[in-house]
Amino acid sequence: MTDSIHNSDTHSGVSRRAFLKGSGAAAAATAVGTSTAPLAAQEGGTEVVRGEKTISLTVNGQNRQATVEPRTTLLEMLRYQFDLTGAKPVSLDGSSGASTVWVDGKTVAASTMLALQCEGKAIRTVESLGGDQPDPVAQAFVKHDAEQCGFCTPGFVVAVRAFLDKHPNASEEEIRQGLNGNICRCGTYANIIDAAMSIVKGESHG
Amino acid sequence: MKSFEFAAPRTEAELLRLLSPIPGHTEVLAGGTDLVGLMKKMVVTPERVVNLMEVPSMRGITIRPDGAISIGATTALDEVLEHPYLASYSALLDALRGINSMQLQAQGTLGGEICQRPQCWFFRSGQGLLADRAGLVSQGQNEMQAILDNAGPAKFVSGSRTAPAIAVLNAEVRVIGPGEADEQWLPVAALFRTPRKEGERETVLLPNQVVTHIVLPPVGNLGSATYEVRQSEGPDYPLASAAAALRLEGGRVREARVTLGMVAPRPYASQEAKRALLGKSVSEETAVAAGLAAIRDAKPLAHNGYKVQLAKVAVKRAILEAASRAASSQPAVVA
Amino acid sequence: MVEYYWPQREETTLIGKPVDRLDGLEKATGTAKYTYDVNLKDQLIAKALGCPHGHCRIKSIDTAAAEATPGVVHIELLREPGSEIEWEGELIAVVAADSEGAAVEGRSKIDVQYETLEVFTNDEDLEAAKEAGRTTRGGGKAETQREPGEEDDEDEFIEDEIKRLFGEAAHVIEGYYGIDAITHCCLEPHGSTVHWDNGRLIAYLSTQNVSGTDDGFARDLNLTADDVDVICEYIGGGFGSKFAADYWGIAAARISKQTGRPVKFMLDRDQELKLGGNRPSGYIKVKLGADENGVVQIWDSEHWGTGGANGGGVSHGVIPYVLSPPNYRRLATNIKVNAAQARAWRAPNHPQACAMSQTAYDDLAAQMGADSYDIFMRNLGSAQGAKPEVYAEEMKIAARLMDWKAKWHAHGKGPRDGSVVEGLGMALHTWGGTANNSSCQLKIYPDGSVQSFCGTQDLGTGTRTVCAQVVADTLGLSLDQVQVNIGRSTYPNSGASGGSTTVGGVSESHRRAAQDALMKLFDQVAGALEADAGDLEAVDGRIRIKGSPESSLSWKEACSRLGLKPLEVTASYQRGSGSPLSSSGVGGVQMAHVTVDTETGVVKMRKFVAVQDMGLIVNPKTAKSQIYGAAIMGIAYALFEQRKLDPATGAFVNAEMADYKLPRLGDTGQIIVELYEPDSERERGVIGLGEPPVISPGAAISNAVCNALGVRVPVLPLTPKRVLDALQQAGRV
Repeated sequence: MTDSIHNSDTHSGVSRRAFLKGSGAAAAATAVGTSTAPLAAQEGGTEVVRGEKTISLTVNGQNRQATVEPRTTLLEMLRYQFDLTGAKPVSLDGSSGASTVWVDGKTVAASTMLALQCEGKAIRTVESLGGDQPDPVAQAFVKHDAEQCGFCTPGFVVAVRAFLDKHPNASEEEIRQGLNGNICRCGTYANIIDAAMSIVKGESHG
Repeated sequence: MKSFEFAAPRTEAELLRLLSPIPGHTEVLAGGTDLVGLMKKMVVTPERVVNLMEVPSMRGITIRPDGAISIGATTALDEVLEHPYLASYSALLDALRGINSMQLQAQGTLGGEICQRPQCWFFRSGQGLLADRAGLVSQGQNEMQAILDNAGPAKFVSGSRTAPAIAVLNAEVRVIGPGEADEQWLPVAALFRTPRKEGERETVLLPNQVVTHIVLPPVGNLGSATYEVRQSEGPDYPLASAAAALRLEGGRVREARVTLGMVAPRPYASQEAKRALLGKSVSEETAVAAGLAAIRDAKPLAHNGYKVQLAKVAVKRAILEAASRAASSQPAVVA
Repeated sequence: MVEYYWPQREETTLIGKPVDRLDGLEKATGTAKYTYDVNLKDQLIAKALGCPHGHCRIKSIDTAAAEATPGVVHIELLREPGSEIEWEGELIAVVAADSEGAAVEGRSKIDVQYETLEVFTNDEDLEAAKEAGRTTRGGGKAETQREPGEEDDEDEFIEDEIKRLFGEAAHVIEGYYGIDAITHCCLEPHGSTVHWDNGRLIAYLSTQNVSGTDDGFARDLNLTADDVDVICEYIGGGFGSKFAADYWGIAAARISKQTGRPVKFMLDRDQELKLGGNRPSGYIKVKLGADENGVVQIWDSEHWGTGGANGGGVSHGVIPYVLSPPNYRRLATNIKVNAAQARAWRAPNHPQACAMSQTAYDDLAAQMGADSYDIFMRNLGSAQGAKPEVYAEEMKIAARLMDWKAKWHAHGKGPRDGSVVEGLGMALHTWGGTANNSSCQLKIYPDGSVQSFCGTQDLGTGTRTVCAQVVADTLGLSLDQVQVNIGRSTYPNSGASGGSTTVGGVSESHRRAAQDALMKLFDQVAGALEADAGDLEAVDGRIRIKGSPESSLSWKEACSRLGLKPLEVTASYQRGSGSPLSSSGVGGVQMAHVTVDTETGVVKMRKFVAVQDMGLIVNPKTAKSQIYGAAIMGIAYALFEQRKLDPATGAFVNAEMADYKLPRLGDTGQIIVELYEPDSERERGVIGLGEPPVISPGAAISNAVCNALGVRVPVLPLTPKRVLDALQQAGRV
């Protein structure tokens, strides 16, 4: 968003004057609302989704459609509608990292994103790192045995791929600092560090 | 999750029209890292969820003519962390780095981080914010509960890890609603409150008000730091934290703000620590004294006495780091 | 009669080699299908309602609103009004629906009225437990070198003898130690995806007991085991908690039958922690006496703890642990608390016993101002399990890898960097690891392809890979010429994966089957090679005459002589039958280097060294992974993991991943693993490895923290709260 420097005062008519004048707790007291219109009437020009909706998005480069409810999570959509079960349900709140996928290039926990938030977006899952020519990170996980039961492994593979995309020359210390969004119960961390380092060093695993 | 309606407005005006004045009827959704989990547990059961992520005006980082930095509430944490405008807002960066998960930093938003619901097992298991009305907290597993401002029935700790930093950096938040023309600016500290009675939330926001922006004034030669006592790496919440911001003149403290996190139902601004610092030169000794001052009013429960020690140390360490940064007027080195 | 044997180290092609996991890429790219991942057409998703109280009686259950919830198809009650519930989270009713969302909404509308009953959760307070009538005897034993005379009252004699021995002791230590209950926290929760096919139950079950769980389903559903097909290709963690179909598995089968639709019923995360398995806590009061050299002569202890609402606890049989002096008395008391019953957790009893015993030995070193290494070494004469010389050699290796001598300082006397101190600790352990029963069917097809079938499972140890290595090496083939089939109860029976018995068991059955099959193949091709079958060998994909490799047939040519039908053999190993291929009893030594921030109580791992014996190593790559993993799981329970029960309600308050603390990648420091496999141990054959390396970390890390601080933090995990409390009690804060 660095380009917005040239457009520094755009949002909603907020002025520098308002910023100075409106300061203070007193302003809070005056803010008590008077709007009591019923819920359904307040929709304005925005579509309100009730029940199911069919949305379009791209998944691993393919255009796909899915019919979802507002409460359907991205993870449920991937697993139950597309049978892409690489991303795993482990934690309620994404704190295990097992459901990590890319949405428009950003790593997110599919378990805490709603499917409707993904309408028109590009989803990439761990399955995109497989196929005939597996991603070097997936191969490094095999070579360095960075997996045991394997349930956390897909989330970790995505995390390592994303981390190394951003920090291709990461040091071991940076890897230890940067890959803490995922949990492994079997204890594969030592080998994951080796696998990630092997990619930095350009070792081949094919 | 309970069934709900979903809407993704494109403007602030549309957004406000979609919100209900009735508590609990509508929830606003940003990164989802907190709200979606709470909805899965049916702790939060809105009739309608309003997605803030498609409102362009609420996203991004801009600089104002006076040098203040405005951060849209739905700006991702990693964008804040990596943005060159914010490189000298050290306390904020420290706090963001503490949320040590690439995924949470990419998905979570600054507004969502500030407005996340309390970290409290009693609340998150559906017993509300005032679980101690029935004595459940005092008699219960209260290791993680508040040690300050905990005399009333609210004994949870505020969940935001950036709020103490944003507070000592003297930030204000822009709040819109309930009417389309309603807009106000609040110091961060005024956004939070310790609820006293049923129906009150941990912020002063009405159900149909939304934080749209966080504005940080120019940092100048203010030195700031956040110190979190974290048991482990990863995104887990700290056991106690403190943010400090200091301005030095001739080696003495001319301006000081200290706010503690994870110790009270709101970010806890310590006037005592501030008084202990003003006019002094910062040494280990003055930092220790400020730490002691900050916890003077602490009233630990049966199982959380250790947090008093942790809060004291967090204050000391935040002050020493802030002073060192103020002295060099250098921003923190970004890891 | 075929004589079974392992080839010498230098003669193997695959056994003992660091082979990549065969299913590694499927796991790494998300195509491996776990139970949770099996999606069947028209499946229902089941979610259960858990009891919110630690102790209560159900007054009434009203499901009307739940039934009316859109998407809800079926509701099954697991408890009736009048039932007493003794732990929070116990499942009351199951809602099966078209989607997860509908199932969760439906269960929230089940109206259950409870009468709450008195709760007890304090497993650390023995006196409070006695007062509450919550204790049962856990057994005990006393042994003294001197025997009582015929006239003596035995109890009095022992009492006097113990008094005498303490009187003679040069050093006496009195200590208190403990270790909290933890959970298994399998990342794939317990559960199943099931459907019925013409009266047969097909159950995709997350289980470490493929061959044994068909019986469990059959018994509870009035079927025969032949009517049940349990399938588990991949399992997302078990650690001792997934041996049974469990009542939720049976419920899934019942609901599927009633609705005529497939059912997926996986526990929620919090249910997994509350119900899916936990490890008993243990707390101990110890007095020990040692001679002037620090060799312990007398041990006197009482320990207690809880295995849940039905009692149980840490067995007294492994107290004191490994180092067992000639005179001892030990007594165990079990406490009943309002928590779900414990399940086997990797190396049952041992990690707790180690943490409750070898801490006292380390305190002896501290009191003597001695190097802990020397005190452990001097006490190896009383070592149990493995041979003392195995422990001694491993200690030397570990000390070298840790640089122990250079880093050592007396307890609490190390250098200080600001508020941070550092320290070293060690511990040692043993485990049986006898091979489990296992049968393997091997088929060699006329086209040369080879398939093995075995009802075992791969818990993450690399079972598939081990099976393939053994078969391919035995037949002189490469790994890609062998197809291993495991994970179905219709395959030949193989024991449950518990107690480090799997690799031993499948190595036995697959080696036997491959040797048997090869002998039969030799019989068939001996004529063509104009040799005796006994003079043939299978090497490099050829069958050849020993000593004259020019006389040979390719594997394919040889197999083509089988005719139209494949060569089929089934070989079995029965536990305890005696075998040159496997045995039991291993030893291991671990050392930890930590830093402790004395102001915050935060402990950080710097370095961890594990040296481990396991007899013959089939795959050093996956074996090392097991040890790395065990070390990290040990770091987890030493520093982070803790089941926290709310004393007022009995609720398990930290049963979500965000609250149940586990180490992250950045928390484990440097870990060094050394496989100890001299010829003397290798010739014993295969011995299990899963359990042993998870035993020592608690004691080793506790000892390192004590060495750093000069103060014992008595109870694991060593949280900042506990470290600060201990420092405060010692007057150091």
